[in-house]
This record gives sequence, C-alpha cells and structure tokens, in this order.
Amino acid sequence: MTIRTIDKKTIYAYLGEINDPEVPVLSIIDLGIVRDVKMNGDELEVIITPTYTGCPAMDLITTTIKIQLATLGFKKVKVTQVLSPAWTTDWMSEEGKRKLREYGIAPPNPKQQVCDQQLFAAAEAVQCPHCNSYHTHRISEFGSTACKALYQCDDCKEPFDYFKCH
Amino acid sequence: MNDSLIQYTLHLADNSLILGQRNGEWCGHGPVLEQDIAITNISLDLIGQARNFYQYAARLINENATKVSPTGGDLERATEDTLAYLRKEREFKNLLLVEQPNGDWGQSILRQFFFSQFQYLLFEQLQNSKDEQIAAIAEKSLKEITYHLRWSSEWVIRLGDGTEESHKRMVKAVDELWRYTGEMFEGASYELRAASDGVGANLSTLEASWVDKVKDIFNEASLPIPEKVFMQTGGKEGRHTEHLGYILTELQYMQRAYPNSEW
Repeated sequence: MTIRTIDKKTIYAYLGEINDPEVPVLSIIDLGIVRDVKMNGDELEVIITPTYTGCPAMDLITTTIKIQLATLGFKKVKVTQVLSPAWTTDWMSEEGKRKLREYGIAPPNPKQQVCDQQLFAAAEAVQCPHCNSYHTHRISEFGSTACKALYQCDDCKEPFDYFKCH
Repeated sequence: MNDSLIQYTLHLADNSLILGQRNGEWCGHGPVLEQDIAITNISLDLIGQARNFYQYAARLINENATKVSPTGGDLERATEDTLAYLRKEREFKNLLLVEQPNGDWGQSILRQFFFSQFQYLLFEQLQNSKDEQIAAIAEKSLKEITYHLRWSSEWVIRLGDGTEESHKRMVKAVDELWRYTGEMFEGASYELRAASDGVGANLSTLEASWVDKVKDIFNEASLPIPEKVFMQTGGKEGRHTEHLGYILTELQYMQRAYPNSEW
C-alpha cells in the first residue's frame, strides 16, 4: 500500500487499533477522543481531545498514534490536542459501551444525571455489569481513575467501576 | 501580544499547581480510603489545568522572546516544566489561599471549597474570554470543577453541621482561612489589564456572587460568616507567606538537584 492509496477510512481503522492505556478494552475511536484527521501528501495531522484535563494517558496516546501511523509510511505525523468543544461521554460509541460492560465496568448512562451543582443528590441508578441488577449503590464518586466512580451491587455483592458521565 | 496575558496565564497556572501539590500531600493520609482517592483525584485535575496553562504561557513567552540571547548563546526555551520547576518563589503568582498548610481535614476541605467556588465563577466568565485558548481551557476545566465544588460544599455542610467537634474545627478553619479570601477579588495590574482587554474576568462582579454562594453553604452548615477581617494580599504579585518556599523546595527538588532529569 502506498501513501497515495490510503484514505481516511484506513487511517481511522489503524487508529481503532490503539487502545486506551488505562481502560485497555476501549480504542481511542471508541472513546471518541479522535476528532479529525487531516491529510496532506505524506503529512498527517491527527486532532485529539483529552477525556479529563489531568489524564496522564494523553502523552502515551500521542506517542502511540505517531508510531502506529509511521508503520503506514507517514513520516510526518503531527498530533494536535484541542480542548474545545470539551469531551463528553456522549461521544463514546455504542460498541465501546458494550465492550466496557463485558470488561466489568458499567458504561456511562445514556442520560447525564449528576453533572450539576445539586448537593446531596441521590446517586445515579447504575446497572451492575456482572449480574445486571439495578439494585446497586455508590461507594465513592471518585474512583481508580479520573473517569470512574466506585459502586457496589446489592444483589451479587460485587464492587464495580462506573464510567461516570462527563 | 502583551506581557499581561503571560502574567495572567501564569497566575491561573500557579493557583492550580500549588493547590494540586497541597492536596497531593493527603495521598495515603486521607481519613478514609474513598476520600483520600477523592482529594487526590482533584489534585490530578488541578495539575492538568496547570499543565494546560503552563503550556500556553510557554508558547506565548517563546513567541514573544527576542531572537538572540544577550550572551550570544542558545536561547533557553520556556516549557511547561521550566515554568513549574525553575521559577523562584517571588515569580509565583498564586493566591495566598492555595499555599496555606493542609491543617486538619476540615481546613483542607474549606480551602478547597473557597477556591472551587471562586474558580467555578471565574471560569464561567473565562469561557467567553476573547483569548481562544484561555476560553478553551476554562470550558474544559469547568466540568471537573463542578465535581470539586459539589464535593467540597457537601463536606463543609457535613462537618459544619455535624458533631460538636467537627463544628468546632470548621469554625477554627474559617477563622484561619477567611483572611486569605479577599485577595481573590483584588485585581493585580495584569488582571485589570486582562479584564479590560476582554481576556480576563471582571473580579468585582465575581465577589458578590462568591459571597452569596458561600453564605448559602455556611447557612446550611451553621457556620458564621466573619465580619470585617483584615485581608492578607500579595501572592498575585509574588509576595508570599512563608509556606510557599517549603512547597517549592519539595516540588522542585528533583529538577534542581538533577537538572533536565526525565522519567
């Protein structure tokens, strides 16, 4: 394959093989952090947006993108980070949500429920990824990484991560 | 391009870095595991904000720099790391509030609440800044600040309106920290310039909303709002309390002892 014959779709397919280092079942395409790809001859610009401001995975993702696209023959790959519009869990693909659930992490609820200032609000009803019960409760709204909250199922008693709405 | 935009960006960066560093001191020492994780998550968000602002400041500084160094050697280029690790105490422009010691859990919570409430209102305005990058960083950070504000507000209420002991400690924390809140609304020269350029926020309109919000939470927390307290200022201009030097000693140690070392 020469660079001339490579189209955007192929590049997206290659990018779809790069996984998030902290949630390795999700590709960066599933997460919705690749915003655009601009091609100009053998030069390529990939525009990405961080999930969370302090997400330490972004530096590694940038390097991985460059390495991955170098294997396609692109010598000049520029990865640009944009902050606006701010990333939201609404950009996560349905495929990504399915993969998360299988991995044991509850995917973000379709409707954003707690991204507001209301105090002492009831915790979101989150479905247990293990036994599918909605009979769960929140242990902490901050979890093992910035993007997750910690829940426990009251039926199967398993603790689990919830990819919180953002 | 003007110098006040650089100063203003550094001020925003320094606030986030220093509070991020302070909160990080709780790592492994939180009262319960979940809250230890919460406050260090907030640290991570703050350090992320600081990185965004430092990267932008470095870009502005490098664009603005003279092409040839006075000594004829290679020009040192500013980076997010040189700005965080190699500036001296007097060059830091953070609020005095964020450098205050952690004290007990109540004092750290109250410091976070005062700052998050301020940042929330500030970044709401900065989302519409004429400077696109400042606006983008503010827009991105605001979602996370909403979490910080909700979390710290709930804790202020829980502790203020909790047991006799927790109430007593919160009253003491208010007594300790209130004197550093006035500085948030007293514009340094670069802030006034940034505001008049449409880049920075209008601090006088922020003050009234901040006081209203704090009154609401204090009311629920049965905490009294102090009256007529002499306000300490100077941090924004580089005049700090004795605590900042110690923070920087720890934060900058590796780069000072082993210049240019990398992970």
